[in-house]
Amino acid sequence: MRFGSDSDQDPWQQPMDGSHASGSKAVADGPGTQRTQYPYVTGSSIIALKYKDGVIMASDTGASYGSTLRYKSVERIKAVGKHSLIGASGEFSDFQEILRYLDELTLSDHMWDDGNSLGPKEVHSYLTRVMYNRRNKFDPLWNSLVIGGVKKGPKGEEKYLGMVNMIGTHFEENHIATGFGNHMAIPILRTEWREDMTFEEAVKLVEKCLLVLLYRDRSSINKFQIAKITTEGATIYPPYSLKTYWGFAAFENPAQGAVGSW
Amino acid sequence: MARFEAYENNGGTCVAVAGADYCVVAADTRLSVGYSILSRDSSKIAHLADKCVLASSGFQGDVKALQRNLAAKELLYEHNHNKKMSCPAMAQLLSNTLYYKRFFPYYAFNVLGGLDSEGKGCVFTYDAVGSYERTGYSAQGTGAALMMPVLDNQLKSPSPLLLPARDAVTPLSQSDAVDLVKDVFASATERDIYTGDKLEIVVINSAGSHREFIELRKD
Amino acid sequence: MFRNQYDTDVTTWSPAGRLFQVEYAMEAVKQGSACVGLRSRTHAVLAAANKAASELSSHQRKVFRVADHAGVALAGLTADGRVLSRFLRSECINHAFVYDAPLPVSRLALRLADKAQVCTQRSWKRPYGVGLLVAGLDESGAHLYYNCPSGNYFEYQAFAIGSRSQAAKTFLERRFEGYNDYTPEQLIKDALSAIKETLQGEKLTSSNCTVAIVGRKDDGTVEPFEMIDVKRIQEIIDSMEAAEEAPAAEAESSSMQEEDKGTDAAPMDI
Repeated sequence: MRFGSDSDQDPWQQPMDGSHASGSKAVADGPGTQRTQYPYVTGSSIIALKYKDGVIMASDTGASYGSTLRYKSVERIKAVGKHSLIGASGEFSDFQEILRYLDELTLSDHMWDDGNSLGPKEVHSYLTRVMYNRRNKFDPLWNSLVIGGVKKGPKGEEKYLGMVNMIGTHFEENHIATGFGNHMAIPILRTEWREDMTFEEAVKLVEKCLLVLLYRDRSSINKFQIAKITTEGATIYPPYSLKTYWGFAAFENPAQGAVGSW
Repeated sequence: MARFEAYENNGGTCVAVAGADYCVVAADTRLSVGYSILSRDSSKIAHLADKCVLASSGFQGDVKALQRNLAAKELLYEHNHNKKMSCPAMAQLLSNTLYYKRFFPYYAFNVLGGLDSEGKGCVFTYDAVGSYERTGYSAQGTGAALMMPVLDNQLKSPSPLLLPARDAVTPLSQSDAVDLVKDVFASATERDIYTGDKLEIVVINSAGSHREFIELRKD
Repeated sequence: MFRNQYDTDVTTWSPAGRLFQVEYAMEAVKQGSACVGLRSRTHAVLAAANKAASELSSHQRKVFRVADHAGVALAGLTADGRVLSRFLRSECINHAFVYDAPLPVSRLALRLADKAQVCTQRSWKRPYGVGLLVAGLDESGAHLYYNCPSGNYFEYQAFAIGSRSQAAKTFLERRFEGYNDYTPEQLIKDALSAIKETLQGEKLTSSNCTVAIVGRKDDGTVEPFEMIDVKRIQEIIDSMEAAEEAPAAEAESSSMQEEDKGTDAAPMDI
C-alpha cells in the first residue's frame, strides 16, 4: 500500500554540489539531502474562529528574522480553492512551499470539472498527512497551520475550523489561536466566543485578541489582516492598523515598584 | 534556539474493563501540550470493527496515524474475508503494526477492548513497541498510575499464576463497571493535569455498541 | 484459407484503423452472463445474472463492494474483474487515508479506464477481458459508469452488459426517462425485470441473481453499498410476479429481439 503517497515528492531533495554552505537552517545529511534544523523567517500568531455565517481568520503581516522584524507586509492568510482559508505561523518559506502544494492540489481538483471539490475537511486532512510525513523524514515544515472553511454538504452548510502543527498533531475547534495566541488569545476567546456571533461582533473579538498580542508579543506588528470565508467564498481584507494606547502607568514607568539594585 | 523534536506528549488516559458479556472502553477528550490545552474535545477512541474499540494516548499525530492505518487494514480484511475483524485478530495486528516501527516507534499507549469470538469481553494492553497481554482490565496514559491501583483493588482479578487458569474478566455488572470507570476518571482528573474536560465511554455488548459522554473537571 | 494478419498483438493496427486484439477483448464481455445498472438522482442499483459453469458447481461472484460509497458489477473474465476490483478498493482506501473523504465516482471510473488503456498500448500486455459497471455516490449524487476493455468509459442512466444484454437494454431504453425520480424499491424492481429479460425464459429466482444498492437518504446520510438480502429479493420477485398475473396476459412484452449468439453457458465466464 502507498498510504499518503501524494506527499512523497520531496521538494528538499535537490541534488547538492557542495557549494551550498551548511549550518544556517538546513544541514546536509549525506549527499543529496538537507533537512530543516531550525526556522529562519517566522510569522507570529494566527487567530481564527467560527461565527454565524462562516469562519473569520486574522493575523498581523509581519515576519521576523530572529528578533529582527525582517518583513512588514506579508500575507500569512490565503484562500485555498473555493471553500477554504489557510493561515500560517512559523517559517515563512515553508508556508510558501505549502501554498505551492495547495495550488497544485486545487488546480488539479478544479480541472476534473465533475461537480466535486475539496472542502476544508479534505484540505485539513491532506495537510495533516503532509506535515506528519515530513516529520517522519526528520525534515519538517516548520509551521502551525490553521484551516477554516464552509462547504455545503448533503446535510446542509458545514462550518469547519482545524489546526495542524509541524509534527502532525491536529484537531478541530470552534476557535483556534497559534503560537503566542494560544497563551494570550485563547482565554479571551473562551469567555467571549459564541457560535451565532455576527461578522461585526467577530471582528471586534478578533481585534481585541490582536491588540493584546500587539502589546505583549514583541514579534507582532501593528498591521493586521482579517479574512472571512462564507458560502459566498473567501474575502481577504486589505491590511489596517489598530488604535493603541501606551499611556498606562505600567508602560510609562515599568521599573516602578520593582525592587533591585539597579 | 528551537530544535526539532519529533515527539510530543499530548497526554490523556485510556481505560478498558471487560465483563462476562460486555466491554467498557473509555478515554478523556483533553488534548494538551506542556501546560497548554490545545483542545477540550478531541477523541482518542477509534471504533475499528463492530466488536473492537481502540483507545490510545501519547503523541496525537502518531495515535491518529496508527488508528487510520489500522482502520484501512481492517477494511482490506473485510474485503478479503467478507467479515469484520475479531478483537483478538485486531490485537495481534496492532502488536505487529507497533513492532514494525520498533526503531522509530509510534509514541502511542493503547488499550484495545471488545468481545472475542465467544462473545466474552476482552481487553488487550500494550507498550509502545508492541508487546501485549490479554487482561480483564487496564489503564494506559498519563493517569494510568493513578487509576491502575484503584482498578486492582476494586476488580480483584485472579492471579495469572493460578492453575488451572481462571478467567480474567471482572465479576461486575455492566452498569457497575461503567460507574467504576466514571469514578476512576473523576478521581484521576483531580491530580493529573493532562486528564480532564470530558470522558468518552463506549460500551460493547451482544446488542451492539453504545457511546456516552460525561463532563470532567476543566481545570 | 483466410487469416487475419493484423490481430496477433495489441499494438498492430489494421489498415482500416482497428485494433483487433482490443475488439476481441470487447467480445469477451459479451460472453459473460449479464449485468445491469440503473440510477435515480440519489440511488444506484446493480444487478447480475448468476450462471453456474456446471450443474455441480456454484456460480462466480459478479458484484463487488469497492467502498461504502461505490461498487461494481462485471461481465466477462471474472478473474480479471477480481483484479480490477482489488485495484479500485485500494484506490478508495488510499484516497480516504489522505483526504478523509470518499473518492468521487467519476475519478474512480477514470483511474480504472486509464489502467485498461495501458494494456491496449503495450506489446507485452493483454487487455482486460472484462466490462465493469461502476455505481456509486458522490457530492453530485448517484452515478453509473460503464468501463470497457478498450479504456473507454461512459456515464449512463441505465445500462446492461454481457450475454443477451440487448434484451435488457431494450427494456431499459423504454423506461429510463423516469428513473431520476424512482424510489430505491422501484429501481430494484426494474433491475430485476431487466435481468429477467436476459434469462430468456428461464425463471428468475433469488438464487440466480444478485442485487446491490447504494444511495443517500433524504436527510443526507449515506446508505452504504450493500448486497440485498436473498430473502428480500425473493419477496420482491414474488410481488412482481403476483402483479403480472393480476392484469392477466396483457400483450406479451415485445422483448427478445436481436439475439446474441450462444445460449449455452459462456465459456469465458468460468
